[in-house]
Amino acid sequence: MSERNDEKTCGALKRAMPPVEDRELKRDLWPAMLRRLDERPIRVPWFDWALVALLAALFFIFPGVIPALLYHL
Amino acid sequence: MELLKRFASGELEAFETLFRQFQGEVFGWIVRIVRDPGVAEDLTVETFWRIYRARARFDPERNFGAWARRIAANVALDHLKRARREIALPENLSQGAQPDPAVRRDTRERINRAFRQLPAKYQVAATLALIEEEPYEQIAEALGISVGAVKSRVFRAVRLLRRKLQRLGVEP
Repeated sequence: MSERNDEKTCGALKRAMPPVEDRELKRDLWPAMLRRLDERPIRVPWFDWALVALLAALFFIFPGVIPALLYHL
Repeated sequence: MELLKRFASGELEAFETLFRQFQGEVFGWIVRIVRDPGVAEDLTVETFWRIYRARARFDPERNFGAWARRIAANVALDHLKRARREIALPENLSQGAQPDPAVRRDTRERINRAFRQLPAKYQVAATLALIEEEPYEQIAEALGISVGAVKSRVFRAVRLLRRKLQRLGVEP
């Protein structure tokens, strides 16, 4: 009974969603690909982030270095 | 082989050659899963974008087409996961004998929507196996799972769909 119901469900699904007939690509997608490649976000290397984190920690632990650093800049 | 090596080393011209060679095949594979040519075009570009990003991990000894199909299947799967959240199920309505073509059309629409509510991995397996009638081996290769797992997903998809349709009062 259950298997017959499954077959009926399969049949209904096939009727509701027939196979895609038109599988041909209508246009060249290379120009779109080139645009996508140009959109690449700027990637910051991990060691730059580590350096920023290190400086932030340094300023937090030794706030006295901030005026000294600003004086020398 | 030489082309694949050049692609893996990051040469854009080699990537363009592969893109032009395989874009139709990748599009055809994706459109079978998502069933919308416009969406399939966008996902084809997304697939090749992922391929380009992963070029350093590509082994030139491998089959590029099979690798591209696997990435395309993952891209389509991600799309269906996103789309699934946006689909609302229709209200409960018992259909009876359905003599009216408009009612039959409505039933088809309900079945379609109920199917789109299934987990994305079940949708992909059932679409390729039952609707597109692709060989199980090819589906398994593209999804990176065993043939047994494909069969299991198809079975579960049908069972889940049947239960959903029962809840909606739709008689298949």
